[in-house]
Amino acid sequence: MRLFGVLFRLAWRNLWRNHRRTTIMLCAIAVGVWAMIFMTALTRGMVDQMIIEGIRTLPGHVQIHNPKFLDDPSISNPVSISAQQSFDDPEIVAWSSRVKVPAVISSERESRGITLLGIDPVAERHISFIKYDEVDGRFLVDSDDKGIVIGAKLANILETEIGKRVVIMSQDPDNDIADRGFRVVGLYTASTGAVEEAYAFVGRATVQKMLRIGNQTTEVVFVGDDYRDVEALYEVILDAVDDSVSVQRWYETNTYLGSMLNVMDGFVVVWIIVIFLALSFGLVNTLMMAVFERVREIGLMLALGMKPGSILGQILIESMLLLLIGLVAGNMLAWATVMSLQGGIDVSVVAEGLEMFGAASVLYPKLNVDDMILASKVVLVLGFLASLSPAWRASRYKPVEALAKVG
Amino acid sequence: MHIVLRLAWRNLWRQPRRTWLTTGAMVFCNILLVFMMSMQFGMYGMMIDNTLQIFTGHLQVQAPGYKDEQKMRQVVPNILPLANTIRAELQSKAVAARGRTFVLASSEERSYGVMVYGVEPEFEQNVSNIPGLVRDGRYLRDHDAAEIVIGSILARNLRVDIGDEMTLLGGGADGSFAAAVVDVVGIFTSGVTAIDRNIAEIPLGLFQETFSMRGAGHQIVVVGEDLDEVPLLQMRVQSVLPAGSELQVLDWDTLQPGLRQVIQADMSSSFFMYFVLVVLVSFSVLNTQLMSVLERTREFGIVMALGLKPGKLGGLIMLETALMGMMGVVLGAFAGALFTSWFTTNGLAIPGMEEMAAQFNLPAKMYPRVNLLTLLAGPGIVFVFTMLAAIYPALRLRWQNPVEAMRVA
Repeated sequence: MRLFGVLFRLAWRNLWRNHRRTTIMLCAIAVGVWAMIFMTALTRGMVDQMIIEGIRTLPGHVQIHNPKFLDDPSISNPVSISAQQSFDDPEIVAWSSRVKVPAVISSERESRGITLLGIDPVAERHISFIKYDEVDGRFLVDSDDKGIVIGAKLANILETEIGKRVVIMSQDPDNDIADRGFRVVGLYTASTGAVEEAYAFVGRATVQKMLRIGNQTTEVVFVGDDYRDVEALYEVILDAVDDSVSVQRWYETNTYLGSMLNVMDGFVVVWIIVIFLALSFGLVNTLMMAVFERVREIGLMLALGMKPGSILGQILIESMLLLLIGLVAGNMLAWATVMSLQGGIDVSVVAEGLEMFGAASVLYPKLNVDDMILASKVVLVLGFLASLSPAWRASRYKPVEALAKVG
Repeated sequence: MHIVLRLAWRNLWRQPRRTWLTTGAMVFCNILLVFMMSMQFGMYGMMIDNTLQIFTGHLQVQAPGYKDEQKMRQVVPNILPLANTIRAELQSKAVAARGRTFVLASSEERSYGVMVYGVEPEFEQNVSNIPGLVRDGRYLRDHDAAEIVIGSILARNLRVDIGDEMTLLGGGADGSFAAAVVDVVGIFTSGVTAIDRNIAEIPLGLFQETFSMRGAGHQIVVVGEDLDEVPLLQMRVQSVLPAGSELQVLDWDTLQPGLRQVIQADMSSSFFMYFVLVVLVSFSVLNTQLMSVLERTREFGIVMALGLKPGKLGGLIMLETALMGMMGVVLGAFAGALFTSWFTTNGLAIPGMEEMAAQFNLPAKMYPRVNLLTLLAGPGIVFVFTMLAAIYPALRLRWQNPVEAMRVA
């Protein structure tokens, strides 16, 4: 232990003998680590938002359907669980059963295809992406509400407004056209126009009456604590239902979002490694220089009886110190950058492009402690490996030859 | 000059390992830049082509406001004669008129909302790849026949096959109720879910008849040889529009603003990454050159005492850096080209990427495009930054006093 203390002090002092070189290398490491974490925080923020948004604009964390519904989203494939059955488990934060059918909405001017959602607004409050209080006009009050809430963009296309009537057409289980007039009671806004165009909300009981389906629904959605960990919730629900329905996790219903998460995880690792490789050239170079200009000194220490292992350790400690200081600086820099951007980065100039991704026009970088740890681990472990070669070389000098070398 | 060059070259090799490591950093960075830029350009090109090929085309003639609102009564009047005029003016067959509206499509068993296009069967294949994607049955033939071509997912959802009958219900341009009974003659598969699920095409004659269009349509699509030709085409199409008409000629960029913005968003995030890489390499160069100046302090002191101007010595350092930078450019561009060209023939498939690629109309396998720009832009920038990084070490010499320099142990 005393030996380590000595080596540590030697390494620390050696580090600052050439303070310019050390400072430049520290800058490089700090910038590299900053870029690793900042870039990761940006992508994480974007993907997080996309997924949360995506899950809220319908799937929920876990859903139950009639097994045939996914291939054939028709009212003829209702879910065999009645809307009355209740689910109770600590894993379930909120749940709701819905009627979700394709429909045509018409004003006196225009018609459009939409996804009609018959919901129970009370149960849906904590699931829906719509904040009830922010709806222009009002949101649905209960399952028997006779009104309809549509997106602001859809209202614009249909040339309709709050208080006017629209007609909804869909099909009933016998493939007869089921239609009904609804009064527009509220207009909602969403983060993307595509969502505003796609979904219209009506009371569940009202739409059940219109479609002549009694108490049936087409899906039950469940929301748990965290979208990243839905396995426990999935298990609970699997146990609660029988084989007549299919239970799916969100990334199975929305494969685009599911694959997005994986691709981004992969990207983060690749990015961290690429940056590290770019850094490693400089790191090895610096260590080599440090060893090279100290050849005589190392020879002297060896001649005085220091073990080659101690030389090796000393160089490695020096390298680790360099990396650690760089890591601390880089992490703090990244943290400070992300904190200063908490208000979000406005990227609305490319809003329509991001809409193609399904992302919103304000980007909130999200600092993930796991990512910071991952980046630090990669830098330390790979940095250690990269330092082995110069350190090994230093410990293998023959004392006499090293001493004879002209400084 | 010759002697300075030789001096610089030899100085580089006094510490071969250090020179190689620094050059290695540049080569590594250059290979990455060449590969990533080629990949990007390949992807962008493919994204634009694939997106435009499906429906948009390069140019469209539309009524004002139609692009954003797509209302039934925002029409191009007398659309067939106008399409003929444009064909004559451009001497091209890649011009086609269309109508477009939303209907409720019903089969025996199911009903779905569908976007239905009225197309000119003889010209549509020149502006869109949908006709070529018909896997079952055939594409439309007759201008007025009661026929329909639908996407494969829609066919599955409606439970119809070739020869089955479908009913279309919608609203006419005059606000009247519109209905048509059509036979399914073809089913297409584009691989893009949204298109295979929501799109149907019927002949334009039938469309105009059914939806009370009175000879009008909604868009005339024009496709040129390539994207560079578009501004010229736009002017020529504009010139043959009827005098006093309010019609607009919109290019693909206006029609699909998302496309360019996806590219912009992707570019800015990529440039951030490139910049970080280049900065890291510059630090590496800065460190190396500073070391090489410091360890030669005595030597420099002597030559300065002998009368060599510090400026000349600074020049020597810059020259050494330039030589090293050139090695980085040449080796990097060469290795980058080799590395990338392997993928231009074999393609790059990233597992798990298919879903994302499909969102942007991209195939699962991507092919980078190497050209002079993608080959030299990255290495060029690295070279410039390398030279910038050498300025500080070179300038340090100016502040050096020869006598003190010689005393350095």
